[in-house]
Amino acid sequence: MHTETLTQTYPVTTGTLREITLRINGEERRLSVLPYVSLLDALREYLDLTGTKKGCDHGQCGACTVLCDGKRIISCLTLAVMKEGAEITTIEGIDHPIQQAFIDHDAFQCGYCTPGQICSAVGMLQEGKAKSRDEVKDQMSGNLCRCGANQQIIDAIMDVKGGENE
Amino acid sequence: MNNFSYQRAATLSDVVGKSTFVAGGTNLLDLMKYNLSNADTLIDVNALTDFHAIEEVPDGLRLGSLATNADTAYDSLVENRYPLLSKAILAGASAQIRNMATNGGNLLQRTRCYYFYDAHAPCNKRVPGSGCSAIKGYNRNMAILGTSDQCIAVYPSDMSVALSALDAVVNVSGLNGERSIAFEDFHRLPGDTPEIDNNLQPGELITSIDLPEKTFTKNYSYLKLRDRSSYAFALISVASALELEGDTIQEARIALGGVAHKPWRVKEAEQYLTGKKTDRQNFAAAADIILQGAVGFEHNAFKIELAKRAIIRNCIMALDPSTQLPGAQPSA
Ligand SMILES: Cc1cc2nc3c(=O)[nH]c(=O)nc-3n(C[C@H](O)[C@H](O)[C@H](O)COP(=O)(O)OP(=O)(O)OC[C@H]3O[C@@H](n4cnc5c(N)ncnc54)[C@H](O)[C@@H]3O)c2cc1C
Ligand code: SF4
Ligand code: FES
Ligand code: FES
Repeated sequence: MHTETLTQTYPVTTGTLREITLRINGEERRLSVLPYVSLLDALREYLDLTGTKKGCDHGQCGACTVLCDGKRIISCLTLAVMKEGAEITTIEGIDHPIQQAFIDHDAFQCGYCTPGQICSAVGMLQEGKAKSRDEVKDQMSGNLCRCGANQQIIDAIMDVKGGENE
Repeated sequence: MNNFSYQRAATLSDVVGKSTFVAGGTNLLDLMKYNLSNADTLIDVNALTDFHAIEEVPDGLRLGSLATNADTAYDSLVENRYPLLSKAILAGASAQIRNMATNGGNLLQRTRCYYFYDAHAPCNKRVPGSGCSAIKGYNRNMAILGTSDQCIAVYPSDMSVALSALDAVVNVSGLNGERSIAFEDFHRLPGDTPEIDNNLQPGELITSIDLPEKTFTKNYSYLKLRDRSSYAFALISVASALELEGDTIQEARIALGGVAHKPWRVKEAEQYLTGKKTDRQNFAAAADIILQGAVGFEHNAFKIELAKRAIIRNCIMALDPSTQLPGAQPSA
């Protein structure tokens, strides 16, 4: 295999630092970032909001879930510069009964997926689309738990959501 | 990922003829993180408000290219008139990703072939002429229809399988003005140029997707078979839409996902079903027609039989859409 023919060349830095303002948990935060900085990296590395976790950095695990204008998104596949003007809520800004329900139901072991699970659950409850337990499971599938606390996570959500739970 | 400059487009003229557009970012930024895309300028098209709406047009419904997949699937006009499309969208990715992914971006998402993602493996789609690692490699989730000796990759969109069945039209705008592309002509087979996924020209923006009047609200089903029951790409997916009179089929539409470089539709099978009863044997005969010419590789030959069974199962589920489970799973 001739790796020379398989590697491509990439443009050198063309973007320059941008001053941006993000609205996070109700506060205006100014920061200076290169365009390629993901929202996730901006939160963790520039703003010290390390509650939001990086699992895969490729959209596959949900650990980096935050709310953007009230909707759950993954922060690893969007850019900080794309979110100027949006209202971002991270786990640090969440105060919701689901948090106590996670404790009551033992809905975590290592806790790494938990901030993403909670943001995702809050987003899902606000969307109001999932009715049955099966629908809740399907709607929460974007958040992986490698400790396997999934049953308890769904129990905690069903507890807060109310309604049928078979 | 390389660095790049970032611009926010305010009008259509800031956009056409340029590259590279970013909408939801869920495919493009992923590819850039793997150094598989190396744009030096990203043009954020999200502020083009004209292309966010979902609106009625004289002959159907127009889906803005920048409406998110979630807003589209849950739009009441889409839910009520094109439930097949809602189901297919909701079977894709995760709730978070659907909140970000746009309709235009969904159509243009690239293959999930493992070797395409592995910058050290030969891949004609990534580096034309370097060879195809999948043909003799691990090819479990590769294509069985319409392949070439250059590429056997699968196009992974769920939404597009329903759009194919519904005869959607893709509206685009470029330096030479506007044009409309029938869905079956939008994506292409790999042939000798697997690096080209579709017939969009460089610098063209997808502005909207039109759904024609025919809605199939009574008898429809989307089935997605995969290695886990949610948040995974399809091994096989099927969109079925039937128009019935009693138990006689007036019109049938069947599109397959996970089998080819584009959604797969075989009009002869649909014609075969026209005027027939809604019997398992008739669906089985249609499935045989659809899979004619299918060729399996070392690890994916099972997909041929799986696709046939999925077609039969899904056409039966379409007779009573309430039998579908969340996540486009087979009924119990
Ligand atoms: C973990 C994961 C799982 C997934 N699972 C599924 C699945 O099961 N089923 C499924 O169908 N999809 C799945 N997806 C793919 C997802 O649906 C796509 O990434 C998404 O639809 C792309 O839309 P976007 O707006 O984010 O596109 P972007 O990433 O912004 O853009 C994608 C491409 O389209 C171009 N583009 C975007 N908009 C336009 C436009 N209007 N006109 C012209 N060019 C444009 C961009 O330049 C880029 O080349 C998954 C993605 C991830 C990360
Ligand atoms: S199947 Fe296509 S995308 Fe995959 S390695 Fe072969 S050429 Fe590349
Ligand atoms: S870190 Fe974003 S989805 Fe895994
Ligand atoms: S609690 Fe450890 S990953 Fe979920």
